[in-house]
Amino acid sequence: MDVGILSYGIWIPRHRIATEEIARVWGKDGASMAAGLGVKSKSVPTVDEDVVTMSVEAAEMALRRCHFDRADVGAIYVGSESHPYAVKPSATIVAEAIGATPDLTAADFEFACKAGTAAIQTCMGLVKAEMIKGGFAIGSDTSQGAPGDALEYSASAGAAAFLISSGPDIIARIDHTLSFTTDTPDFWRREGQRYPSHGGRFTGVPAYFKHVVTCGEKMMEAQGTSAEDYDQVVVHQPNGKFPLKAAKSLGFPREQVETGLLTPRIGNTYSGAVPLGLAAILDKAGPGDRVLVVSYGSGAGSDAFDITVTDAIADYHREGDDLVETRIAFNKFIDYATYAKYRGKILMGGGE
Amino acid sequence: MAGVRFWREFDTRYRMLATRCSQCGLVYFPPRTVCRKCRRRSVGKMEKVPLPPQGTVLSYTVVHQGLKGFDAQVPYVMAIIEFEGGVTVLGQVVDCDPEDVAIGMEVKPVFRRVREEGEAGVIHYGYKFAPPCFPVCVDESLASPE
Amino acid sequence: MREVAIVGAAMTKFGELWDRSLRDIGLESGMLVLMDAGMETEDVEALFLGNMSAGRFIQQEHIGALIADHAGLADRGIPATRVEAGGATGSLALRQAYLTVASGAHDVVMVGGAEKMTDVSDRDAEETMSFAADQEWEVFFGATLASLYAMMARRHMHDHGTTPEQLAHVAVKNHAHGSGNPKAQCRNKLTVERVLGAGRVAEPLGVLDCSPISDGGAAVVLTTLERAKEITDEPVIIRGSAQASDTLALHDRWSITSQRATRLAVQGALSQAGKELADMDLMEVNDGFTIAEIIALEDLGLAEPGQGGRLAEEGVTALGGDMPVNTSGGLKARGNPPGATGIAQIVEIYDQLKGRAEGRQVADARVGLAHNVGGTGATVAVHILEVA
Repeated sequence: MDVGILSYGIWIPRHRIATEEIARVWGKDGASMAAGLGVKSKSVPTVDEDVVTMSVEAAEMALRRCHFDRADVGAIYVGSESHPYAVKPSATIVAEAIGATPDLTAADFEFACKAGTAAIQTCMGLVKAEMIKGGFAIGSDTSQGAPGDALEYSASAGAAAFLISSGPDIIARIDHTLSFTTDTPDFWRREGQRYPSHGGRFTGVPAYFKHVVTCGEKMMEAQGTSAEDYDQVVVHQPNGKFPLKAAKSLGFPREQVETGLLTPRIGNTYSGAVPLGLAAILDKAGPGDRVLVVSYGSGAGSDAFDITVTDAIADYHREGDDLVETRIAFNKFIDYATYAKYRGKILMGGGE
Repeated sequence: MAGVRFWREFDTRYRMLATRCSQCGLVYFPPRTVCRKCRRRSVGKMEKVPLPPQGTVLSYTVVHQGLKGFDAQVPYVMAIIEFEGGVTVLGQVVDCDPEDVAIGMEVKPVFRRVREEGEAGVIHYGYKFAPPCFPVCVDESLASPE
Repeated sequence: MREVAIVGAAMTKFGELWDRSLRDIGLESGMLVLMDAGMETEDVEALFLGNMSAGRFIQQEHIGALIADHAGLADRGIPATRVEAGGATGSLALRQAYLTVASGAHDVVMVGGAEKMTDVSDRDAEETMSFAADQEWEVFFGATLASLYAMMARRHMHDHGTTPEQLAHVAVKNHAHGSGNPKAQCRNKLTVERVLGAGRVAEPLGVLDCSPISDGGAAVVLTTLERAKEITDEPVIIRGSAQASDTLALHDRWSITSQRATRLAVQGALSQAGKELADMDLMEVNDGFTIAEIIALEDLGLAEPGQGGRLAEEGVTALGGDMPVNTSGGLKARGNPPGATGIAQIVEIYDQLKGRAEGRQVADARVGLAHNVGGTGATVAVHILEVA
């Protein structure tokens, strides 16, 4: 049985802050920060946006673009490291908001930046086992970096939802998935801590690159493929540089990476990053296009997917408001003070 | 426990389900169990229906002295939205600048955080309204790909 | 039904009464009105008390008993009833008292209104005022009472070409009137420029388009016309008393630039009184926001729909104009403690009909109308008074 993506939807908040604006506040050289990170600007959620609201918008868009009965949504998994509640699932709110309750299973996933792709794998399993007709795998984050920390320049917000199902209407077939997982303390946030901590340069070679590259290699080995067999590749993108380098190690030239590389313009959307990159690729893909996907979650692990776009994509609604590019272009740049207000970085008085 | 009073209305607050009088066809949002026109004849004959996907601004205001809990959003736009068929709904208009809002502007519902009961309390989600998204680039060089 | 007359009317000063509690305010207005009526506590058979939100303002409910107690009526054990209808609270208390006397249940009834708003912050007070709108479907989403009136104003401007200057003229006129009223909260005069230049509350309304946060109390004593004639040669008779309702939420109305409840209430009151609007010598009209007076005057019938903005601008509604409106200063300048406002309107009409409105007297005033609104127009009461 072919399992794959029946539909997808995305959400990127309207506001942006420029890397140079953040650097200005912390006394850094903005131009070199932007060049060093490969990030010019990042998306900023307003005070009324969070993982749940973005997930709902993304899932709604997915449902709007296909013929799938909401009551047939058998699973909703919301992958995020910034769920609005520590205890109380985001997934139930999403389920209620899109009208999928009550006959479904729902849970929140957390695995740093790869919780969204872990959700895709789970949905695949349920669909393949014929336990559900279709399920939502959502990657959504409003990630925060500590003020002045390197992470603050990239940690951003966005979401993508994939409706995983089977049958002739799927727009992309997922031919294979595999994962590569170890215990690697490169990035973490302890319970009750507001901002995450990280291992600095340790996050590079032994963490990100080892997992992404090994997982990608294992996938191509399993499938008997090489870079030339794929039209596009999307790998996790904590900044604008790492993904280009990792893809290059896997044999992919820059041209095959760029369509799905959104971080330079909207920052690292964490659990939303690879899902949004894949969405950007699907926005432009044609029948028969093959895509290699490799996510990365600190802690650490990678999920790889070998995806082939089907003929059904020809009739799939891909224009206007629904496109990743439209939402990226729909933006308003704000200053650091406004950003700090929106992100709750200003200590508010409790009195009158 | 104020969350409970909104929990029982999730159909309305999350999905904007309205009711329609099967006697006269008038649509109500928030839902009513009795039609204002047909009154007793409508009892038990109100059916749940979705609202049209978009509406227009009937009137609006830019709020500078807002309620508690809305400080970070000031100035914020409140509007009455008119849907096809005459249903009117009050809500906040987001994802645009106050000066861009005008009577007659087209908007669609978006799902947002509306309120929260302090830092430890329940978060109330619900509908707001936003203009259809269209490209607005303040700084072309920042918004375009490398 | 028996004919009912007012034999005493009084109010405390309105304003920020820092040294007085709700109990003090209730007591003061009760004592003042008894003195004015020349009555003793023993004469009062029942008390109706208008109070909008003591539960929010001072965490005190059960206001009927409280004020009866502090007005010195507790030992007599008379019935004391609290009435609430948002900003129309005071006039509804009056109407209940009126019906009680008219029906024959009681012969002498005191009706008071009192509110203590300044024991909470300005923001809490404003929020509480908003609770007269629909909490579930308006206030929950961030709508303040001012923002709802602002939406009426915006649409009124859009449909009829009403201008910000016309709104400002309402404030300027009512402050000019208030400057002559020693009980008024705001006695300063305004200019159109100042009103337009004030900070915005909810566009197009600014701070000076809105009535202030106020403490204050007002009271009147009602009795039968027969009994009133024993007390005074010139009793003030309640010729008409009518009340109407509309949807609680503004967006549920058929129109947001007109208040249907006002039209219904004024029709009811005029027809009961056997009068026309043109018979009025003056009116106290609900002007919680400048746009409210403009819309009210259209719905009352003083202007064609959409033309209400001209009245204040052209001086029609000023003292000395064809139809003086809000000679007390209105909610805008006299002040707006919601429980007391509807009664204070009656106090002003009473003083005018009695010829004792020093500094702002309308010459030969014989008939006056009071119009009081709750929320954005969900409750409206209209009373018509005439001096015999």
